[in-house]
Amino acid sequence: MAAKKATPKPNVSGDTLKNYYREMLLIRRFEEKAGQLYGMGLIGGFCHLYIGQEAVVVGLEAAADEGDKRLTSYRDHGHMLACGMDPNGVMAELTGREGGYSKGKGGSMHMFSKEKHFYGGHGIVGAQVPIGAGLAFSDKYKGNNNVTFTYFGDGAANQGQVYETFNMAAIWQLPVIFVIENNQYAMGTSQQRSTSTPDIYTRGAAFGIPGEVVDGMDVLAVKEAGEKAVMHCRAGKGPYILEVKTYRYRGHSMSDPAKYRTREEVQRVREERDPIERVREMLLTGKHASEDDLKAIDKEIKAIVNESAEFAKSSPLPAESELWTDIVA
Amino acid sequence: MAIEILMPALSPTMEEGTLAKWLVKEGDTVSSGDIIAEIETDKATMEFEAVDEGVIGHILVAEGTENVKVNTAIATLLEDGEEAGEAPAPSSEPAAADSTPAPAQAKAPEASTPAEDAPKMNLEPDWPEGTEVKQQTVREALRDAMAEEMRATEEVFLMGEEVAEYQGAYKISQGMLDEFGSKRVIDTPITEHGFTGIAVGAAFGGLKPIVEFMTFNFAMQAIDQIVNSAAKTLYMSGGQMGCPIVFRGPNGAAARVGAQHSQDYAAWYAQIPGLRVVMPYSASDAKGLLKSAIRDPNPVIFLENEILYGRTFDVPVMDDFTVPIGKARVWREGDDVTIVSFGIGMQYALEAADKLAEDGISAEVIDLRSLRPIDYDTVLASVMKTNRCVTVEEGFPVGSIGNHLSATIMEKAFDYLDAPVINCTGKDVPMPYAANLEKLALVTTDEVIAAVKQVTYR
Repeated sequence: MAAKKATPKPNVSGDTLKNYYREMLLIRRFEEKAGQLYGMGLIGGFCHLYIGQEAVVVGLEAAADEGDKRLTSYRDHGHMLACGMDPNGVMAELTGREGGYSKGKGGSMHMFSKEKHFYGGHGIVGAQVPIGAGLAFSDKYKGNNNVTFTYFGDGAANQGQVYETFNMAAIWQLPVIFVIENNQYAMGTSQQRSTSTPDIYTRGAAFGIPGEVVDGMDVLAVKEAGEKAVMHCRAGKGPYILEVKTYRYRGHSMSDPAKYRTREEVQRVREERDPIERVREMLLTGKHASEDDLKAIDKEIKAIVNESAEFAKSSPLPAESELWTDIVA
Repeated sequence: MAIEILMPALSPTMEEGTLAKWLVKEGDTVSSGDIIAEIETDKATMEFEAVDEGVIGHILVAEGTENVKVNTAIATLLEDGEEAGEAPAPSSEPAAADSTPAPAQAKAPEASTPAEDAPKMNLEPDWPEGTEVKQQTVREALRDAMAEEMRATEEVFLMGEEVAEYQGAYKISQGMLDEFGSKRVIDTPITEHGFTGIAVGAAFGGLKPIVEFMTFNFAMQAIDQIVNSAAKTLYMSGGQMGCPIVFRGPNGAAARVGAQHSQDYAAWYAQIPGLRVVMPYSASDAKGLLKSAIRDPNPVIFLENEILYGRTFDVPVMDDFTVPIGKARVWREGDDVTIVSFGIGMQYALEAADKLAEDGISAEVIDLRSLRPIDYDTVLASVMKTNRCVTVEEGFPVGSIGNHLSATIMEKAFDYLDAPVINCTGKDVPMPYAANLEKLALVTTDEVIAAVKQVTYR
């Protein structure tokens, strides 16, 4: 997958493709801005950027329907933007302000939106996996036809609770899609050094859960695989595993110097496999958009991101009384 | 207008760093994501990437400069068509961080601390006088509570090891599979961490799970999901996402089951904000508190006791009998000393009170029933009356509930005390198996009597 593939003919309309471009670009620019605000000390603590992985969430959201649920780990900004959460609310949570999704009390790793069916934002590696299956359990119990996208990384794939969950999801036939975002590094430890099998999706076979590997740098491939997985779940056939091969360009968190890989490795992925460049090329060669059209989109995205940064800076700190609210319902 | 590139903070604690190396020079074109410099923090050398596109105008801080404060301008970036012009003087001071809008003034916190006003004892009976009562075991009371709530609310379901076809490892869920079917009474594999997480997810998804642990000793496998996921999410979500769930099962020592099956977790869970913790002694409390727990919108830790399952108590015959969480019960009124306990500790407390009465010592016995929130008022009002206090629990001594009550009494009622508070607890040892040693490890009635005599100077 290292070499650039011939640009395939998209099986979606030019407008749809343009939307994917816009959504991926929003995530990238948002994350760059978050990195910048972190550098300025406006964002504190841990901040895990999603840059490089944008096609995964945008592709899978394209396969989701209203009412479907999603949750992920602490690398969650991209997921929130892709499911339609307000960039202002996300950025203001990063700066710990009243206007944030959790009123500033959650931070980068702990955000939720009941309205958009986004169930976090989980800071404990792998803890979201049984929770995701539990959300799917609630849908099955209620008898609706929703599915839950449960995202986790290649690092979390080594947690014991993941396999406890695979087992129960399989015996109870839960409508859950386990999305393994394999960005190849569990913090600083490469998959090669930490994971016994090169193909994590095959681990579902032990539980009778079908799985497949997907090129996570290709939004259309992700969407197609997502649609297949969704169809499987909605047909009542139980869980499905998608191992999405992706890559994060930045360190594990803002304070990671990323010395465990070479600069060339990162540069090569950026140049040869970048998910946004790929769609950009498709748009241009397919004459779905001109350079000017794309510039206009860039400008529009820049404005949204700048506004979110302004909002995140101007929103007040939470009232001190907030310390004592939301502890119990 | 040229953009200033500022010295970045590259870790949660970084205040300054060394600008180790520039990877660009003035006039170079950069686009976002290009590495432009290497910066040494106290922990590592980090690559610093450009955020905006443009041309490097002036480098304001030379490479090799040490102690560059975060937010100091280190270079300028020119956007499309801009000229470099005069180099602005590098500001020696870091740019003032955007002034953060001030928050609203603090309101008085509503922590779970005792009220400042004179505390009042709660002496209201749990059911109206004259109500018919029947004799019921704790086991039957727990089952009735679950069954009544499941009849009333479709979202309530029971899951755990052996709860369905086996009828419960301790027969608490006897008959429930027959009545409610396998959709609502669910046998799980032996996988506490996983099924606890699934139950938490189901609660986030709008259901009201009751999770039975075969014992709370096994819940240690799942304690991350209980504490980090169930208890904290309401707060972390700014109030959006609550977790209505009950975790129940036997807790503490049974008989001769050794160190790994005998721990009392009362003090552990009582420490966690976001949880409610209850530990009933009687059958009526078991029933009334479990019904309240199932209806509560928060995660509730419901600590039972294997030895008490077969004990019989009065339970009122009422359509819908509940006991509010957070209210203690005064089992016996007295004047000379306050004995505070909960769960099976009540057995020793009540036995001791009987024997002390023979010696002419009148003990007031309070069953906390709820350990989070604690009914401080009832305890304090009683201690202000008796001026002496002994606490009784089965758990380990360090960081016990008794320790916390002692501290609270000292803070709020120091002047009323005629003797130091004594905590009777389990011993500071793993539970031994040998019959004689196990007896020594547990708290006993005699120890409670001795403690009371000590605080009453008899």
